[in-house]
Amino acid sequence: MEKTIEIKDWYISNFGEFEKRLNGGKENSIHEKRKRALSNFSKLEFPTIKDEEWKYTSIAPLLKYNFAPTYEKKNVSKEFIKSLLFDEMEHSLIVFINGRYSAEHSDLLNLHKGVIVGSIANEIKNNNEVLLKHFDKYADHQNHIFTALSTAYTEDGAFIYVPAGRIVKEPIHIIFITTSADKKILTQPRNLFVAEKSSQVTIIEHYACDEESTYFTNAVTEIVAEENAVVDHIKLQEESKKAFHIARMEVDQERNSNFSSHLISTGADLTRNEFNARFNDEGGECTLNGLYMIDGTQLFDAHTLMDHAKPHCNSYEHYKGILDDKSRGVFNGKVIVRQDAQKTNAFQENNNILLSDEALVNTKPQLEIFADDVKCSHGATIGQMDEDAKFYLKSRGIGEEVGNGILLHAFASDVVTSIKIGSIRNYIEKIITEKFNQ
Amino acid sequence: MLEIKNLHAGIEGNEILKGINLKVNAGEVHAIMGPNGSGKSTLAQVLAGREEYNVIEGEVNYNGKNLLDLAPEDRAREGVFLAFQYPVEIPGVSNTNLLKTALNEIRKYRGEEELDTIEFLSLVKEKMKLVELDQKFLSRSVNEGFSGGEKKRNEIFQMAVLQPKLAILDETDSGLDIDALKIVANGVNKLRSKDNATIVVTHYQRLLNYIVPDFVHVLYNGKIVKSGGKELALKLEDMGYDWVKSNVAETVAG
Repeated sequence: MEKTIEIKDWYISNFGEFEKRLNGGKENSIHEKRKRALSNFSKLEFPTIKDEEWKYTSIAPLLKYNFAPTYEKKNVSKEFIKSLLFDEMEHSLIVFINGRYSAEHSDLLNLHKGVIVGSIANEIKNNNEVLLKHFDKYADHQNHIFTALSTAYTEDGAFIYVPAGRIVKEPIHIIFITTSADKKILTQPRNLFVAEKSSQVTIIEHYACDEESTYFTNAVTEIVAEENAVVDHIKLQEESKKAFHIARMEVDQERNSNFSSHLISTGADLTRNEFNARFNDEGGECTLNGLYMIDGTQLFDAHTLMDHAKPHCNSYEHYKGILDDKSRGVFNGKVIVRQDAQKTNAFQENNNILLSDEALVNTKPQLEIFADDVKCSHGATIGQMDEDAKFYLKSRGIGEEVGNGILLHAFASDVVTSIKIGSIRNYIEKIITEKFNQ
Repeated sequence: MLEIKNLHAGIEGNEILKGINLKVNAGEVHAIMGPNGSGKSTLAQVLAGREEYNVIEGEVNYNGKNLLDLAPEDRAREGVFLAFQYPVEIPGVSNTNLLKTALNEIRKYRGEEELDTIEFLSLVKEKMKLVELDQKFLSRSVNEGFSGGEKKRNEIFQMAVLQPKLAILDETDSGLDIDALKIVANGVNKLRSKDNATIVVTHYQRLLNYIVPDFVHVLYNGKIVKSGGKELALKLEDMGYDWVKSNVAETVAG
């Protein structure tokens, strides 16, 4: 306990330095929010495994380090960035290095009038009205210490604004790179995506690093899909196996909006991913798919919440995990169907394959249904590879190693087939292929 | 090509095959018939190398090699093919992927060049006609959502592509309507040659109207109790398996 207090003080004590570096940003209205969040942060405690929501995920290893933002300018090679891009795809590219926008590596297409794609730091400076309206509105930090930390240290991240009726055809690829030379860097990407009425956009949040070092990514993403908007979100986590990654995404869905998210992760040392979506009006549709492929002593924790507050909404959730060695997975999927939310369809599924006797998954579907005319289902499986399928492949001349690769690839690919853009699917297929040698 | 001598095998401590003797030469078609539970499928599975079954006694010689020593994938690479009674569904793996990987693994084993995509596709297209499968079928997941007939046709299609020396068809006819049965039989017949052999495991004589066997063996209670020409199958159809059962009883009594 003592250590935790120390660490909290550490994060608080860095705030002075952070403020100094803001370069006049202190006069901004966002700064009031920062200070409020800091005060909240100081009142909250880091969760322990005694907290129900953190029962299987101990963050003690994270609290052992004094992570801090870096103010040193670092760069990465063009080749490295290129290796993270999707082939043959027109896109807008926004790159952040150690949490800061890199104009040099970013490449923004000529977008429709009114569409804004860029750094949130700029928009804070410009007092962007959309930003002021939505920032900090969905990712509440009253009870969430990591969000409080993020909000207090809000500096940079991606800001995307698609005005009513605009269709942004080319996906927006956001890459967050940590290059730290093991300097225990803390980066806190803070993203806000707003899609107005009847607009459409595809956004990729891509986390990467150029070496296996120890750092801490604390990411918060707020997404607003207004009436009839279509937002496709993909998150790729290709981080250091020594890194810590705590992330939260809050999605606000208005009438007839359609949101989808696909999370593809090869994990970190410790990953906690919270995806929460809320239907604020009727006719919404939401897809949350996820794939985690971990090994060694990695821990991956997916917490999701589908909040059906209004009638006639559909949600589909499918998370799959492949765990090897002594890795551990946690899936906690909560679906709330509130009393008003009649004619809700909510489906949830979590399937896991354990490749070793020592790998472990704790899966917990939580359905809280208060309406009576709804269709809901959930299922969770934890198993080994299918022996019948393995024998079938062998009987066709395909041996154990190649056969396992094929079967794992097939199991994994399942959750990515619903990604609409082929180039992105191909990139993910490549991650899976590298992972399972097939 | 294949010589089975005094084969005893079982699963989980139960002996199912109780001394099988069978010799199959290149160019021959052998039918193995018998009532349910007689050990027909066990024989097919043991020959293919299913790990759950254990061989208690006996030997199986295949082209000069001890078949029982080979891993299942090596048996396939040596030219043994099992058409499954219940083909396995493999979601997410396309028929193309399965076949291309299988074919190239087999070719690698034999020291042959792997086929490139164009060569592979032209081979596959030619073989599809044999079992009257539509091209769209190639991109579908292996057996997933297939009808019974489609699954069996897929087995024969795979056999056509992999061109085995010894094909074992395990109840490939069960549950097929007459049209599907004809397609399957026609496929098998077209693949027959003087260099390969086929073992047709079946419960019903009907298939043998279309795949005419050189030899028919009756398996009962883990042993081959009768062998003969194709007329034996007709007799079985007429008199039913009870005839075999009482016959065996008589022999034992006599």
